[in-house]
Amino acid sequence: MDENQTNRIKQILLKIGHLVGLFIAMAIICLPGLWIVLSSLRPTVEIMAKPPVWIPESLSFDAYIAMFSGVGQGGIPVLDYFRNSIIISVTSTVIALAIGLAGGYAFARYRFRGKTAIFLGFMLTRTVPGIALSLPLFFVYAKLGIIDTHFGLIIAYVALNVPFTVWLIDGFFRQVPRDLAEAAQIDGCTRWQAFWQVEFPLARSGIASAGIFAFLISWNEFALASQLTRSTNSKTLPVGLLDYTAEFTIDWRGMCALAVVMIIPALTLTFIVQKHLVSGLTSGAVKG
Amino acid sequence: MRGWKPAPHVLLLLPAFVVLAAVVVVPLLLSLYSSFTPFRLTRPETIYTFIGFRNYLRLFADQEFWVAFGRTVLLLTIALNLEMVLGLFLALLVEKATRGQRLLRTIMMFPMMFSPILVGFQFKFMFNDNIGLVNNALQSLGLTDRAIPWLIDSQLAFTSILIAEIWSSTSVFAIFILAGLMAMPREPLEAAKVDGCTPLQSFRYVTWPFIMPFAYIAMTIRSLDIARAYDIVKIMTDGGPAKRTEILWTLISRTAYSDARMGLANAMAYVAIFLSILFTILFFRQLAKARQQIGAEW
Repeated sequence: MDENQTNRIKQILLKIGHLVGLFIAMAIICLPGLWIVLSSLRPTVEIMAKPPVWIPESLSFDAYIAMFSGVGQGGIPVLDYFRNSIIISVTSTVIALAIGLAGGYAFARYRFRGKTAIFLGFMLTRTVPGIALSLPLFFVYAKLGIIDTHFGLIIAYVALNVPFTVWLIDGFFRQVPRDLAEAAQIDGCTRWQAFWQVEFPLARSGIASAGIFAFLISWNEFALASQLTRSTNSKTLPVGLLDYTAEFTIDWRGMCALAVVMIIPALTLTFIVQKHLVSGLTSGAVKG
Repeated sequence: MRGWKPAPHVLLLLPAFVVLAAVVVVPLLLSLYSSFTPFRLTRPETIYTFIGFRNYLRLFADQEFWVAFGRTVLLLTIALNLEMVLGLFLALLVEKATRGQRLLRTIMMFPMMFSPILVGFQFKFMFNDNIGLVNNALQSLGLTDRAIPWLIDSQLAFTSILIAEIWSSTSVFAIFILAGLMAMPREPLEAAKVDGCTPLQSFRYVTWPFIMPFAYIAMTIRSLDIARAYDIVKIMTDGGPAKRTEILWTLISRTAYSDARMGLANAMAYVAIFLSILFTILFFRQLAKARQQIGAEW
């Protein structure tokens, strides 16, 4: 066999190997999620069937209907949890974004002493494991009487999100050339006007993705929420999911349906921002 | 001129300082203090009894604590290393794809959107010994005729948790490494090829140093949120059965809320906090080093 031919065969084999590898990787990534969606649509008998039923015989939205019609399956008030999750996530995101905007701008535009140390300090507050932070917060909140309230969780989540929003927004403002704001100021803008009319619009899409990132963290948070909430007053969806396992017989179908409800907002939002998210985190950290 | 006017950056950073101080720093100081007391939630007056380092001494003599600690470090070490390697492979696979890269990138982000609690639930469902996808598939394919107790056997449960953790976080690495690969200039690679490098050599000496900082950003971000494994373990096994999968964080929550021994739990929490800080500082330093290394080219 001449060298040319062996080379060509090698190339084809490499290509097939690549495609197979890619396919397996994507299958592993997608399969668990798809299985959850499928299970939420199947009747419980089919999920529990032995030997397993692989091809679903009937699909229905019963689990979702049961969940959203007042008190859902097993007496779990999904609607209340959903409302709490929305209120808490949105409010804490807006506040964290405002604070992060101020902080990120300061890091990107001003020189001051101990800048790196302060930045590192902010990040270190983020490393505290949620469960470790929940101990003193639980105690303080109990004293203040704000356990099981929206307010308590909101301020906890604001603190959780501020370090990341500062990091991201700092990165986005660095991408906006400094000269632009200076030029605007020379043309007679005040610093405030230069910020709102020149720099802010340029960094806007990045800031939006920082907001979505913060929203997702609040939406998904469990360790703090599981200790600082008690009832339908403030329980969020991740804590609500645990309600299903508290009983001896797990309602798998109901859990799957709740999981789908939790993932849809996260899914939609992440698709919108995926591009900005990576560029924000890397530009802040790599070009330092 | 009336009065002293603070510098603008001080004003801008003030809200962040206030929130972080109020919600993180002050409560942590409180918990530091209470780790020196025999504080129990059921007896609030115990918070005023000072017992020095007795909680810590008790902890360091406690075998159960060290087992959980060791298991946590083991879990993190294996998980982070595997995530890094798998993320690198995934990024290379996607980068090599000629068509549909956008779609592939989107699919790759999929696990990132799952909250840890959902990841835990999803794998609890799949690894269920009776109705789980994994056992059903193995049995249907005839690979085994009995139900494998994935979440009950201690070794298997640890592996299952590891798989869940890796599934959820590999994409973080893949995304950042892919960003690095895409940002890489083509010329050095071509130059290496002209100079007669094998593909492996040009990967090792050209591509790898370049994507290193990106890998470390991913590491740093991951290490900031390292305790999210708590959510996964909590829902998958809750440290059980019989504490066979107990990790540091589930042990803390059990000691604090089930046994109501807040003082002792706070002492444990401080160990956990130092562990997290250690991991973060480790990666931050690597990041700075990697950045310096390629600094000239940027």
